[in-house]
Amino acid sequence: MEWDWAFVIQILPTLLQGVKITILATLLGSIVAAVVGLVIAIVRRSKNRLVSMPMGFVAEFIRGTPLLVQLYFIFYVLPDLGLTLSPLVAGVIGLGLHYGTYTAEVYRAGIENVARGQWEAAKACNLTPFQTWTRIILPQALPPMIPALANYFIAMFKETPLLSAITVLELMNQARSIANYNYRYIEPITLVGAFFLVISLISVIGLRWLERRYGRIG
Amino acid sequence: MAPANAAPTIEINGISKSFGSFKVLDELSFKVAPREKLALIGPSGSGKTTILRILMTLEGIDSGDILIEGDNLYRMPANGGLRPANEQHLHKMRTKIGMVFQLFNLFPHKSVIDNVTLAPMLTKGVRQAEAERHAMELLEMVGLADKAKAMPAQLSGGQKQRVAIARALALSPKIMLFDEVTSALDPELVEEVLNVLWRLCAETDMTMLLVTHEMGFAHDFADRILFFDRGRIVEEGKPEEIFRHPKQERTQTFLKKIIAAGHRV
Repeated sequence: MEWDWAFVIQILPTLLQGVKITILATLLGSIVAAVVGLVIAIVRRSKNRLVSMPMGFVAEFIRGTPLLVQLYFIFYVLPDLGLTLSPLVAGVIGLGLHYGTYTAEVYRAGIENVARGQWEAAKACNLTPFQTWTRIILPQALPPMIPALANYFIAMFKETPLLSAITVLELMNQARSIANYNYRYIEPITLVGAFFLVISLISVIGLRWLERRYGRIG
Repeated sequence: MAPANAAPTIEINGISKSFGSFKVLDELSFKVAPREKLALIGPSGSGKTTILRILMTLEGIDSGDILIEGDNLYRMPANGGLRPANEQHLHKMRTKIGMVFQLFNLFPHKSVIDNVTLAPMLTKGVRQAEAERHAMELLEMVGLADKAKAMPAQLSGGQKQRVAIARALALSPKIMLFDEVTSALDPELVEEVLNVLWRLCAETDMTMLLVTHEMGFAHDFADRILFFDRGRIVEEGKPEEIFRHPKQERTQTFLKKIIAAGHRV
């Protein structure tokens, strides 16, 4: 089988449609994971065990089961319970929840790295718990975590082909349908690999920059 | 000096506190008069710092009562009785109390002036211009007006501690708690912080509680000394009595050790 440049040019627009969806799913999934992780981390710190224990259980459950199973559950099982989601929305929620349980650990470590004296000083300044979180703790905890969070978002990006299993027309899905339709695999699948590689490399360069910028505090 | 028969600013009635099986405070009671300067001394682990932390609500108590200007700190009135204080009650009570820590605990991501203006703006709704004007006055008083725009990491330990004092003063508390505020400083930086405390003493009428190992300073500064050991007050009195004529053997041993360690009395 020979590499056919004419075929490459013919399928490129369709694949780029897929790239757009892949990037969109990654960005939205990252936002969901960033928020979900923060909520998990804060709730798990609660002194009220009736709150922190169930959250811990849910987080461990999500982390302990495969993303693919979760995607199937969200997209194919939830409709039976009355919740029907579009493929992309289901995919973004799946990615976000799954990676949220990982980013929660990043937040936990980052929050624990803030000196205990900062909580005490905030209390002595009579700040409310909300003000303490938003003005004192998170502004110190977040910058050092940015590289670790970005790492997970790159990992999430490389897992987006799983969304093809729930019919999201992302890059992998587009490539596969092109391949199935034309009985040619070499160009579409190679191009998928190349797209992922290029975007990953760009992301890693960005990550290095973030590490230099935010890797240390003070 | 405090008037002898005024209603106490702080009244501590039989409080106990344990960390696990270790009893830090054991049925402790004492009163502090308005404007009184009280020094708490004693060996480490004797419970003196824990008292300050309890007054600042950083630690709770297991039993007993604390009254701040007549209001119960850890209990609030409800249906004719008392029930454990909620966050709202503690928030209200904390407006009367400020604290300066051994390790300064400045907010490292905020400039010096923002450290001082943050709490008044957030907790009292003071406008920025007004908060900054007041902050500059306070920084002037601690001798750091020229450092207003600096970040805490750029300051020496002594300067950090003076900013921390300005930050605590910005909320105009009636009671100030000083927890070993010079213990983490290089010896040559201790003086500049103690000088600020002297100024506070002369220029304000705050009630001040001071946990310290600076016996010379405690002697000159305090109206009264409490000597702690194992969660109890072993001896109390005027500085002159405690330092020159300690009655209890425990106090005598402690002071001898401190002097042997090179502290001036």
